[in-house]
Amino acid sequence: MEVPILKQGSVLIATFQAALSDADLNQLRMGLVQQVVKFRSRAVIVDVTAMDVMDSFASRTLREISHMIRLRGAETVIVGIQPEVAFAMVQLGLTLEGVATALDLEEGLAYLNEKFKTTN
Amino acid sequence: MAKREGTPTSPEPKRNEEPSELLRELVAHLRQNRTQLREEWVVRITETRLLTAMTKEEIFAEATSVYDSYVEALETEAFEALQAYARNLSERIIPRGVETHEVVGIVLLLRDVLARSLFAKYQNDFKKLNRILDAYEPAANRIANTVAVGFVQERERVIRQQQEAIRELSTPVLQVRERLLILPIIGVIDPQRARQLTEQLLRGIRTNRAKVVVIDITGVAAMDVTVANHLVQTVEASRLLGATVIVTGLSPEIAQTLVTIGVDLGKMNTVGDLQGGIEQAERLLGYKVERLAEPRSA
Repeated sequence: MEVPILKQGSVLIATFQAALSDADLNQLRMGLVQQVVKFRSRAVIVDVTAMDVMDSFASRTLREISHMIRLRGAETVIVGIQPEVAFAMVQLGLTLEGVATALDLEEGLAYLNEKFKTTN
Repeated sequence: MAKREGTPTSPEPKRNEEPSELLRELVAHLRQNRTQLREEWVVRITETRLLTAMTKEEIFAEATSVYDSYVEALETEAFEALQAYARNLSERIIPRGVETHEVVGIVLLLRDVLARSLFAKYQNDFKKLNRILDAYEPAANRIANTVAVGFVQERERVIRQQQEAIRELSTPVLQVRERLLILPIIGVIDPQRARQLTEQLLRGIRTNRAKVVVIDITGVAAMDVTVANHLVQTVEASRLLGATVIVTGLSPEIAQTLVTIGVDLGKMNTVGDLQGGIEQAERLLGYKVERLAEPRSA
């Protein structure tokens, strides 16, 4: 199942579905990294609200996406991590260091707007 | 029991068929002498200074119903009713401060009083006494056991209930400003409580859409490696939900401990006291608190 990447102004938005295979995740990673430069986006938001479990591969992919996006000159915000998922991730030591997080899509966009304002 | 040692044991097969009949005889004897035996029992209870939390009338009333249940359990060998009664009794007397040794003590006293009356009744017929005791003792022991276990179970149930109540009470997540939560932690944090705290906080962050959380641990006396790591995990999990955590009120002792055991607190944002923490949270949220006038003296 392919994850659609939406373009909203200078932000790319990708929404994780509940059941994503490792191949889907790899494809999403490549898609985001390619399109972020193609559309000259300033940021990427990955919405994981639908995921009630996050395995180590998914969480590692999220971290890799964010580091690769940074190398491509943009920023990543992960939004919508569920409380139970957050707790489980921390217990597994998957803390997504250096990656911005926000409560939901709205918060993520607000965070980026604030950031764009100060850097303009 | 010197009296029994004197009697030759006669393993006749007939003895095995008798216990129920003997038990019936025994029960009849106990019913007949109910008033006197009960009176004697109450006197013994008062003498040994058991159940001091209860008045004489209460002891007498309890003794009557315990006596009757006891005899009934001996007769029917149905221990469920006695068990239910023991639980009911415990429910009533635990709040009044009756101790386990007292409950066990009075049941054992009753056992002794009844055994004495059996000695008195059959003192001229050792063989019969022996057989009666054979029937009486296992049943009496089982009753004592049932009552004691019932009491302890009830006690444990009460303790569990109270633990839960304390746990519920001790983990409030409070919103003090829009998008600002406070989590004051008081008392001992064990792994179970730490987990519950984290879950409540994460849920609170979600429902209140919090951006900043101040965790105040002024009321926490000591902290070990496990708890410190729990705290770090809580901070990290909160960040995954997009909230910044400020920890306040670390005592000098806790600071010393944390440095000594080498817990990585680099990810933690700490401020000396709760007031400082709230002020910093307000700055993060863009609030500016100003005093409009000097406080009026009351």
